[in-house]
Amino acid sequence: MATTDIHIHSDVHHHDDHDHEHEHHEGNFWTNYVFSQDHKVIAKQFLITGIFWALLGGTLSVIFRLQLGFPDMNLDWLKPVLGEWITPEGKLDPEFYLALVTMHGTIMVFFVLTAGLSGTFANFLIPLQIGARDMASGFLNMLSYWFFFLSSVIMFTSLFLSTGPASGGWTIYPPLSALPQAIKGSGLGMTLWLVAMALFIVSSLLGGINYITTIINLRTKGMSFTKMPLTIWALFFTAIIGVLSFPVLFAAALLLIFDRSFGTSFYLSDIYIGGEALAHDGGSPILFQHLFWFLGHPEVYIVLLPALGLSSEIIATNSRKPIFGYKAMIGSMLFIAILSFIVWAHHMFVTGMNPFLGSIFMLLTLIIAVPSAVKIFNYVTTLWKGNIRFTSGMLFSIGMVSFFLTGGITGIFLGNSAIDIQLHDTYFVVAHFHLVMGSASFFGMLAGIYHWFPKMFGRMMNETLGSIHFWLTFVGVYMVFFPMHYIGIAGFPRRYYSWTNFDTFSGFTDLNMLVSTAAILTLAAQFIFLFNFFYSMFRGRLAPANPWQSNTLEWTTPRNPGHGNWVGEIPSVYRWPYDYSKPGSKEDYIPQHIPFSETPESNLPSENDLIKLETSNGEGKIIVEGGKH
Amino acid sequence: MMSLIISLGVILILAILYMIFRVSNLITIAKGPRDQRGGTANKVNAALFIVFMVASLGGFFWYSIAYFDEYNLPVASDHGKWTDTLFWITMAVSVIAFVIISIVMFVFIYRYQYREGQRAKYYPDNHYLELAWTIIPAIVLAVLIFTGLRAWNDITSPAAKDAEVVELIGQQFAWTARYPGVKDGALGKNNYKLIDDVNEFGLDLTDKNAFDDFKSLELHLPVNKEILLKIRAKDVLHSVFLPHFRVKMDAVPGMPTQFKFTVTKTTQQMRDELGNPNFNYELACAEICGRGHFSMKMSVVVEEEEAYEKWKASQEAWLKQNPDYLKKVPDALKEAAMIKAGMQKDPGSSVAEAND
Ligand code: HEM
Ligand SMILES: [Cu+2]
Ligand SMILES: [Cu+2]
Repeated sequence: MATTDIHIHSDVHHHDDHDHEHEHHEGNFWTNYVFSQDHKVIAKQFLITGIFWALLGGTLSVIFRLQLGFPDMNLDWLKPVLGEWITPEGKLDPEFYLALVTMHGTIMVFFVLTAGLSGTFANFLIPLQIGARDMASGFLNMLSYWFFFLSSVIMFTSLFLSTGPASGGWTIYPPLSALPQAIKGSGLGMTLWLVAMALFIVSSLLGGINYITTIINLRTKGMSFTKMPLTIWALFFTAIIGVLSFPVLFAAALLLIFDRSFGTSFYLSDIYIGGEALAHDGGSPILFQHLFWFLGHPEVYIVLLPALGLSSEIIATNSRKPIFGYKAMIGSMLFIAILSFIVWAHHMFVTGMNPFLGSIFMLLTLIIAVPSAVKIFNYVTTLWKGNIRFTSGMLFSIGMVSFFLTGGITGIFLGNSAIDIQLHDTYFVVAHFHLVMGSASFFGMLAGIYHWFPKMFGRMMNETLGSIHFWLTFVGVYMVFFPMHYIGIAGFPRRYYSWTNFDTFSGFTDLNMLVSTAAILTLAAQFIFLFNFFYSMFRGRLAPANPWQSNTLEWTTPRNPGHGNWVGEIPSVYRWPYDYSKPGSKEDYIPQHIPFSETPESNLPSENDLIKLETSNGEGKIIVEGGKH
Repeated sequence: MMSLIISLGVILILAILYMIFRVSNLITIAKGPRDQRGGTANKVNAALFIVFMVASLGGFFWYSIAYFDEYNLPVASDHGKWTDTLFWITMAVSVIAFVIISIVMFVFIYRYQYREGQRAKYYPDNHYLELAWTIIPAIVLAVLIFTGLRAWNDITSPAAKDAEVVELIGQQFAWTARYPGVKDGALGKNNYKLIDDVNEFGLDLTDKNAFDDFKSLELHLPVNKEILLKIRAKDVLHSVFLPHFRVKMDAVPGMPTQFKFTVTKTTQQMRDELGNPNFNYELACAEICGRGHFSMKMSVVVEEEEAYEKWKASQEAWLKQNPDYLKKVPDALKEAAMIKAGMQKDPGSSVAEAND
């Protein structure tokens, strides 16, 4: 720990000398806001980019929901935006429909809920909550954002190609994704998709390695692993999962690039298309699926764990109670993280994979439901006998628990291979993963924004608008995704442009209309958030230092922390982050940096014994710090 | 007119929102942030959660019961009945868990809302509780896994020797079926390199089993007899989805797959049962395969075995429909090919006829 620590300290202390006089620090516009190495600025860059992508991804989904909910509607009014993709009859082009679905999925899973969520909160919270001046490498951290930015630009550009963006689904299964003759989007659009994702993976690896290193090495004095807030634990596991699984997607993408451009046959075999038999021989499309889901399933937890971490913190703070079962929460996250690597083939039960493998993966998949259940029970128990304040952050965290429950429970159906035969690739799956992964993570992200906004921008968001935003979105999301369960049980396949060709799927026009209407209203409600966000950034009420009376370290920094976060010494940590409503204490919270020696009235007997250690610790610290200056 | 009303509505909503925003801002400034905690907003939010819980659970049960017949797809296969039972057992278990947890959660949220002077209970853990809710879900899931495994093993076990074999081929954007033919009851070999505009199966005409194979654009199946679908794809992935039979299996280029099942109701029986004379079984594609994915339909006809055999016997062999391909048949087999394809009378049978 020592060596890196000293580097950062000497580095940043030098900086601090300037900071003392004027609140903001040196440098010009470019180094402060664009090519900044300050983790807080990088976090905001990820956040703003993520919000942009979320709006775009949401808009794409509303366009294709129009097609599904109102198949007879004339869409000529979209012509100015979509041009050729609206047919002369005023309909959406079926191939563009698939492109929309594909880009919606890709954007939401990777650009919003991976980069936007982890990128924002890992960057923002890790140094602030573990008591570090910045990330282990500010430079790599900056690179991580700029790789993401580049990747975003390329993915965005692909939307405007005349042949359209990638259209084979976000899972880009070959041969469809490998053969431009099979679908237009598999031409240049797919090439750009692969390039963009390769850059994205680089970004996510740079970020992930940085997060892991920072958490292991740069914790402040006293911040042992068992005193880390659950947010940090969650972000730590997320980063590890990402570092282990993203390279596999990279490999999969690379082999696909070879198959597409250099005539190899990793995934292709026995294909007759466009009037000719292709030379590819001996490859297996199933291989790609194995590689893809080896990332793909961990990816759903990459998306979900940060949301779980953020809401654990917010729920504890606003219930004014310790999170119930802190160790069990860590244990379940660890267990989920490990198991997430060995359940991937539950996405492949009916691909023709060996049925015995199906049995094994069914077993493992249903095991992963146990730690998920434990987490739900622990959240609920945390609420029990609390003193709950419904801040906007808290509302969204409760929403996230509710979605996690509703969506997680349908995983028990899908994980059962016998039942999945019917449900696979129907709207039941769409309902399942939108609730458990999409909406739950999205709500975790919004909860995080509302909760940490005061630290990010030094101002408060409007809580009334926050509540309105929550209720519209919460009800809206359920109206959008809950009916999809029925549609799925009725067998409606996903990625269908229209169902009217089939008698079996001719019903539910009313329900589909309801879903589409709800989707439009839910998207509209997000503009309340946008207004609140940008207005409060400049005109919101000035934030107090610790607006939520929270225990974690970030609230000990100045209102607008400069580069280096703390003016003067970094506080030491003496206790876990969840001393809320401790019997005997004056206030209903005791921040982590308050030593036990100052709280004799509330200490447990075992904690009184720690007081002696505190002083010797303290002395030791002064010596070290002195040495560094 | 309509768009005018809509825009007026939107403007009105925006105006209201802005008013709410201004007023709430003023209130926060007047009262100071500390008073907000126990304020009306907190009470309203707490109450809304109860309203939400009652309304959403009520809506859920009402729709699920009232519209059961609309979303519950009739089942017409042996294993389908079994997996449907598993589905509904799982449904019962999870709805019970879901309802209990939801109610407990929302009631806690309401009951333990902020109150001035109230203090939360410091309750960091309880090992017995945690053990209990690790073990109970584990047991419940173990039971579900066990029943699921048995069904899965049975469904995926090898088909009976005398199962009725039908080959399904997926291509952009249509399904074709190939039947083994009544003479030999075996599918001939095929090879994708032999595919051309006419020989869409890539039929290998050096194999004598290929001579009487015939093609159909409708899937005919016998009732109450085990069927083995052999599935392949020519270009990209597709997936055979027979919703009423609870059958789904991907069609993979380069890797033939299969699915065995037994249909329990003929088309006619299903029509009578549903009171819908136009009912037809359908086959859909369930794996994204391109522009026409949503239109990859094949009609399915399920008949009594007798009618089915009769239909089969009435079909012309592919070779008979495409006599040009006789030249691909090795000379030694030409005669047999003509006979098997029904292009020339079987001398054996004419002898028999003559004997009459
Ligand atoms: C807890 C967080 C979870 C997340 C984030 C998540 C996410 C997802 C996603 C994104 C898909 C869709 C894949 C596709 O495009 O086809 C999916 C499908 C699936 N999920 Fe989950 N899931 C979660 C929980 C569970 C649980 C608890 C189970 C089982 C107990 C489960 C079992 C499945 C199965 C088997 C599928 C494949 C279904 C199919 O393709 O037919 N999931 N999940
Ligand atoms: Cu998975
Ligand atoms: Cu298809």
